[in-house]
Amino acid sequence: MAQEQSFEIIPVDELLVKVEGLRRQNFRLVQISATRLAEQLELTYSFDLEHRLTNLRLHVPTGDAKVPSITGVYWAAFLYENELHDLFNLQVKGIAVDFQGTLYKTAVKFPFGSTKAVFS
Amino acid sequence: MPRTIIPFGPQHPVLPEPVHLDLVVEDEKVVEARPSIGFVHRGLEKLVEKKDFNEFVYIAERICGICSFIHGQTYCQAIEAIMNVTVPRRALYLRTVWGELSRLHSHLLWLGLMADAIGFESLFMHSWRVRERVLNVIESTTGGRVIFGTCKVGGVRRDVTPEALAHMMSEVDRIEHEAREITEVFLNDRTVKQRLCGVGVLSRDTAYELGCVGPTLRASGVAQDMRQLGYAAFGELEFKPVTRTEGDAHARCAVRCEEIFQSADLIRQALAKLPEGDIAVNVAGNPNGEYMARTEQPRGEVVYCVKATGAKNLQRFRVRTPTFANLPALVKLLQGCELADVPVLVLTIDPCISCTER
Repeated sequence: MAQEQSFEIIPVDELLVKVEGLRRQNFRLVQISATRLAEQLELTYSFDLEHRLTNLRLHVPTGDAKVPSITGVYWAAFLYENELHDLFNLQVKGIAVDFQGTLYKTAVKFPFGSTKAVFS
Repeated sequence: MPRTIIPFGPQHPVLPEPVHLDLVVEDEKVVEARPSIGFVHRGLEKLVEKKDFNEFVYIAERICGICSFIHGQTYCQAIEAIMNVTVPRRALYLRTVWGELSRLHSHLLWLGLMADAIGFESLFMHSWRVRERVLNVIESTTGGRVIFGTCKVGGVRRDVTPEALAHMMSEVDRIEHEAREITEVFLNDRTVKQRLCGVGVLSRDTAYELGCVGPTLRASGVAQDMRQLGYAAFGELEFKPVTRTEGDAHARCAVRCEEIFQSADLIRQALAKLPEGDIAVNVAGNPNGEYMARTEQPRGEVVYCVKATGAKNLQRFRVRTPTFANLPALVKLLQGCELADVPVLVLTIDPCISCTER
């Protein structure tokens, strides 16, 4: 049984405005994730209200991937944002609790950050 | 008042799992807690680039040794949604039964750990004795005790005989009877209440704002449970989330106690309605699309983000586990608590670092 979920593609500079809007409507932050595409990172911010899943999606270039932190709106986002940095080499500006790249101790730095295969 | 930093973990007697907390204390009061994880990060999400999407069910099941079945089930649900696979109803009911058995043994495991943490050793042993009964039922119907290996894309691998169903029904009654005696102690014993009541209060608004899930959220009065989505057979069973309003450590314990009986009831309902028929359908081709599957694990909502491009390997597989969602709440709970309450508070979110280090 498929569950209701929507995806809205937005530019990076609209992220905070959209997130603030969702917060005002009492949406709960569900997760933040990234997918490495050929020359872009695809970020997905998921929110839930009464079991309705709403996703904001944005694309940032892999070479200079930067996004603003949403911890000013959803404080609990700090774990997701540190994870995005440590796994994808995404620069998140203004994280409320910044682990400075020490959240994950991986053998390969930024394992999802490049198109090179990590596994041989 | 001078401040001292006390390290907690990554190996601590109350939680032998690799999570570390730097506790900044003034006298006996914790003023700040800073978690460190990632000591044994396994990179399982990266493995999708190497494994066939069907094989990946085995990987998903091994994310956690306690809620393994529901991990496999959630992964399968995501793939089935992308591929528009209609799973036979009998398989959906069997998934429900095995999922609730997982919840039973997880909650009993947690009760034992909590009893151990507060120094109530006999209660710890009784909790795990009852848990053994649950594991025996799981073993008799799946062949495994914690890793079942029964879920697959399109259904389940094993059926259950009528004799096994009858045995399961009688065992569930026995487990419920024995669990009731144990939970009476957790809910009403003076020493347990003194240790848990009023400790680590999380208000309804704070729990929701911090993105808490599972019993941690429901103990603060929010009736949110992913089983309300109606996945597997839950849409056809009588079910109402267990909630408490106190928001303290005892409330989180009480929610888990009551969920034991709720799971027993759901198993009985599912077995009584178990339809006849096939247990799986053939699934041909490769997935092409994207889906976020959500289910309710013993510790709360788990989210599986799966993205496929028509190849046998997935493009992206991402798991947001319930412990990951509850860690920010733990940071808040520890601020201002007594140092002696730290182990209890850490345990009340039922942390699973194996899940977190997927």
